[in-house]
Amino acid sequence: MDVFSDSANIDTYVTGFLWILKLTAAGAVGALVLGVLLAGMRVSPVPVLRGVGTAWVNIFRNTPLTLIVFFCYFGLYSALGFELSDDIDTNNYWLGVVGLSVYTAAFVCEAIRSGINTVPVGQAEAARAIGMSFLQTLRIIILPQAGRAVVAPLGSIFIALAKNATIVGTIGLMESSSAMKELINANGDAVIPIFLVFAGTFAVVLIPTGYLFGWLANRLAVKR
Amino acid sequence: MRITRLTAVVGAFALAMAAAACGGDDSGSGSASGIVGKASKDKKLVFGVKADQPGLGLQTGGTYTGFDIEIAKIIAKGLGVPESGIEYKTTVSANREPFIQQGQVDLVIATYTINDERKKVVNFGGPYYIAGQDLLVRTDSTIAGPEGLAGKKVCSVSGSTPAKRIQTDYKDASLQQFDSYSKCVQALANKTVDAVTTDDIILAGYAAQDQYAGQFKVVGKKFSDEPYGIGVKKSDSEGCNKINEILKASASDGSYKAAWDNTLGKSGTAAPTLDVTKLTNCS
Repeated sequence: MDVFSDSANIDTYVTGFLWILKLTAAGAVGALVLGVLLAGMRVSPVPVLRGVGTAWVNIFRNTPLTLIVFFCYFGLYSALGFELSDDIDTNNYWLGVVGLSVYTAAFVCEAIRSGINTVPVGQAEAARAIGMSFLQTLRIIILPQAGRAVVAPLGSIFIALAKNATIVGTIGLMESSSAMKELINANGDAVIPIFLVFAGTFAVVLIPTGYLFGWLANRLAVKR
Repeated sequence: MRITRLTAVVGAFALAMAAAACGGDDSGSGSASGIVGKASKDKKLVFGVKADQPGLGLQTGGTYTGFDIEIAKIIAKGLGVPESGIEYKTTVSANREPFIQQGQVDLVIATYTINDERKKVVNFGGPYYIAGQDLLVRTDSTIAGPEGLAGKKVCSVSGSTPAKRIQTDYKDASLQQFDSYSKCVQALANKTVDAVTTDDIILAGYAAQDQYAGQFKVVGKKFSDEPYGIGVKKSDSEGCNKINEILKASASDGSYKAAWDNTLGKSGTAAPTLDVTKLTNCS
């Protein structure tokens, strides 16, 4: 495996996974915020909001992520001039974050909505009876319990997000899968070791993440 | 109990990795039957070709066309395989070596630059063409060579040799990378990037495409040499030498020129001469 003794190659490898980390972190924050908002919209008493929430989930959950990311570049940036930074890499990064966020938000929304169903309906009725508004009920009574119920599925969504982040490579960010291609292209004699190192890195990082979310889910679960 | 099971899983994974890594190393000493033997016995050969490069290897529906495909036909004919016995398999840059090593294809003719790392695992017939890195720009562009790229946006395929050369030798240019040249060309048409860079022969193919007629020009200033070879198994020296013989013959009987004229020659570029003194890459 002398490919990985060359410092330039190590650099490519490390930069690739740093981009993945940054994409996952920013994408997770964006998706969580958007997803909670969408879940709120989908259970709200206002039909228009429910409609928007449902449409969002159905459109983005059923569109391939490659197309969404592709559209972020060629639609938002190239055609509509929606530029997020002067620097090519930073611009591509943020376009990628937008794509990942709107896509993953659809899944987060559905997970939270299923969590909302775990909260006994009597609690919402009780909140209503003491004069709380819809937003207060949602914020103080429902969402905290719903969130704690869906830690495990959210964990799965974020693990998927970390792997989906490689798709941003299609619009030119040198994330891990593009970095892997670069190394393979330059080192035709070590294709399989390179592949295994990249695949292995994902596994080594994500398997403990899965256990962490499982443990968190147990600790945070609302005991009823 | 939990710990031991986890250790076992990790151990198994490490073993699998080690085994696979070994598999990658000894692939040079594969099976003894080379392409010459297979061609005379089965009358069939599998060629690994590109499917997304107009003029070189382009798949439309079930048929492949391009210069690489014509070269494949010349090689097949020279080995006594009828055209009906040729099977094309789409390869991308990253899977060319594994395809040869695992025997999924017999030969690779896919804009395959000969270099030392690849020579360690693959035997190269040819080169049948010496390409060079060049620039594709819009017709009204003032960029006249790689020096004119400072401050401009230039596009190439992520991880490719041309992209790397821009990063190391022309740091003043900002590099946009995509996973395919068609996206680069699209971005060039949208004026999102100012130039596309890769081997001149590939750029000529895009410039000659009907939907972009008159929009682009190739600058015509090569700044590298990319000798295209024909990859076969590392162990198959016999097949490799045979390929070179066939190429030599094709240069003198005019079939090489015909292959060019039917494909890339259509863009108006005169056929190159095949330099038979350079057919020395077999090991």
